[in-house]
Amino acid sequence: MEFGPHLILAMLEGLVQASVLTLTALGLSLVFGVMRVVNVAHGEFFMLGAVLAWWITQALGGPAALGFAVALIGAPLLVGLIAAGADWLVLRRIDYDPERTIVATIGLLYIIQQVVLMTYGPEARPVTPPFNQRLAIPWFEWANGGLELYFPWGLSTTSYKLFVIAAALGIGLALWAVMARTRLGLILRATQADSETAQAFGVPVERVYALVFGIGAALAALGAVLVVPIQQAHYLMGGDPLLLSFIVVIIGGLGSLRGTVLAAILIGMSDGIISVFFSPTLAKILATLLVAMVLVYRPQGLFGKVRA
Amino acid sequence: MKRIFLLHIGLIVLLFFAQFVLPTYHQGVMARIMVMAVFAMGYNLMFGYTGLLSLGHAMFFAAGMYGCGLAIKLAGAGVVVALGAGLASAAILALVVGLLALRTIGVGFMIVTLMFAQTLYLVILYFGTYTRGDEGFALAADSRILAGIDLTQPTARYFAAWVLFSGVLLGILALVRSRRGRVMVAIRENEERARMLGYDIWRHKLVVVILSGTISGAAGATYALLFGYVGASFAQVPYSIFPLLWVLLGGPGTVLGPFIGTLFMFYLVDISSGLTDAWMLVVGVTLVLLTLFLPKGLLGSLRARGVKWLV
Repeated sequence: MEFGPHLILAMLEGLVQASVLTLTALGLSLVFGVMRVVNVAHGEFFMLGAVLAWWITQALGGPAALGFAVALIGAPLLVGLIAAGADWLVLRRIDYDPERTIVATIGLLYIIQQVVLMTYGPEARPVTPPFNQRLAIPWFEWANGGLELYFPWGLSTTSYKLFVIAAALGIGLALWAVMARTRLGLILRATQADSETAQAFGVPVERVYALVFGIGAALAALGAVLVVPIQQAHYLMGGDPLLLSFIVVIIGGLGSLRGTVLAAILIGMSDGIISVFFSPTLAKILATLLVAMVLVYRPQGLFGKVRA
Repeated sequence: MKRIFLLHIGLIVLLFFAQFVLPTYHQGVMARIMVMAVFAMGYNLMFGYTGLLSLGHAMFFAAGMYGCGLAIKLAGAGVVVALGAGLASAAILALVVGLLALRTIGVGFMIVTLMFAQTLYLVILYFGTYTRGDEGFALAADSRILAGIDLTQPTARYFAAWVLFSGVLLGILALVRSRRGRVMVAIRENEERARMLGYDIWRHKLVVVILSGTISGAAGATYALLFGYVGASFAQVPYSIFPLLWVLLGGPGTVLGPFIGTLFMFYLVDISSGLTDAWMLVVGVTLVLLTLFLPKGLLGSLRARGVKWLV
């Protein structure tokens, strides 16, 4: 096995994972940053996005690209509405108390899983990617006294995977633009900094919270729609994204969106690369311990600021 | 005698005589509930009384379970030695985890404990040659005999669970009514003020973590002995969430709360899975309703409504 081409392949796989993880973790980070609550049902909103994407593409039929495009907009929108509704019905009424929110969202987790199990069933189902050209990975080699371009046998990626990376980048930039440049972003940042003062200035904090909870869930659903042509939709698929986003948000520093992105890329990439080259279990043990140690000795996260 | 002692002794006596009335099936369920209630009571020491919210208590349960199970499986140890090995593993793990995790607070503490628990789960998988990984292993019936009592028999199993439960319940009742117990509550209510009163917060917290971990480990070791199965699923995230759930349901910071919560949850799942396949839906809806209408748990709400002598 040649090292160079395999490393490129591993990095590409890692980048795809990192892209999806970035979107999911940004959703969790936004909710945590603005509302100061931990949403344990975040992974279920991810799963709901994937299942709805399958459902929408099946209901529409027709060319794969059309169904996928509708799913890419429709699924996050629906998931966002469901989440905002849950916020309005439950979280608002328990005053966003951190501990009670954890229990309430564990309840939501069970409810969503069971409803999906009863309607969608226990099968794992794929969504056809809108396009899927196989792209061979090029590599250089010294031969006949000069550099020569060639394609190692069996090593390839697909155009769809490259699209996932580009899409995540675009969505991330759009989110940044909204947060930094628009009136809505200003309101969100004001609520995050001090919700009481924001309310005194006429910000409808309760509605902002419902909106943020909806956007957070929609971001998770968006990541899921992007990943579902690569990884099948299943009612138990929410566990891993939840745990990984948790880690990312903490390592990135609470409430720091930039830190979240950096941490997501770091963790997504290292997870992808490590599992190509090493025993996955041992790699996970080391990665998990490392994360714990970062938290113990640098509780503000790798990129967070120390709070006064 | 004070009514608080009457209440707790009364429950213990009631549970003792319950074994003569209960049908075999419910005898088994109750034995399981009592062992799991011990797990929850250990959790409650940290979360309910000291305000340390751990999301990784499955590791202490698993440490007790594997310490005990592996001692029997690999070293052919007797029940007493195996129990000791289980308790020692949980205590040592709690000491190490406490020394590291107590450097963090709040959400950091939750995630660090979650990560350590995940590490232990992965370590169990990694040493699959000895632990048989996800599949787990069964303990042979002839290795589960304590002083001539066959722990595989329903009656003996119930009795053993009852002994453990009663001991831990009375021990915790004495602890939370002692000076140390009041310092724990003081740390939960206002850490800074407790520090200024001259208490060594760090040492008190560490002692609580070790106590809590060891009690949860005792539950794990007993579970392995009574039900004869050791498996990695007990080290996974759900088993860290369950004790939190049981304690929150019953009432954090009450001695009987963990037992009430465990009893409620077990029978809720038991009854609802008999009526419909959708037991997760029933559990989920109940959890949401409880947080909406009974935020302090069953006993906590009772205490807030005038039964002030509950501890």
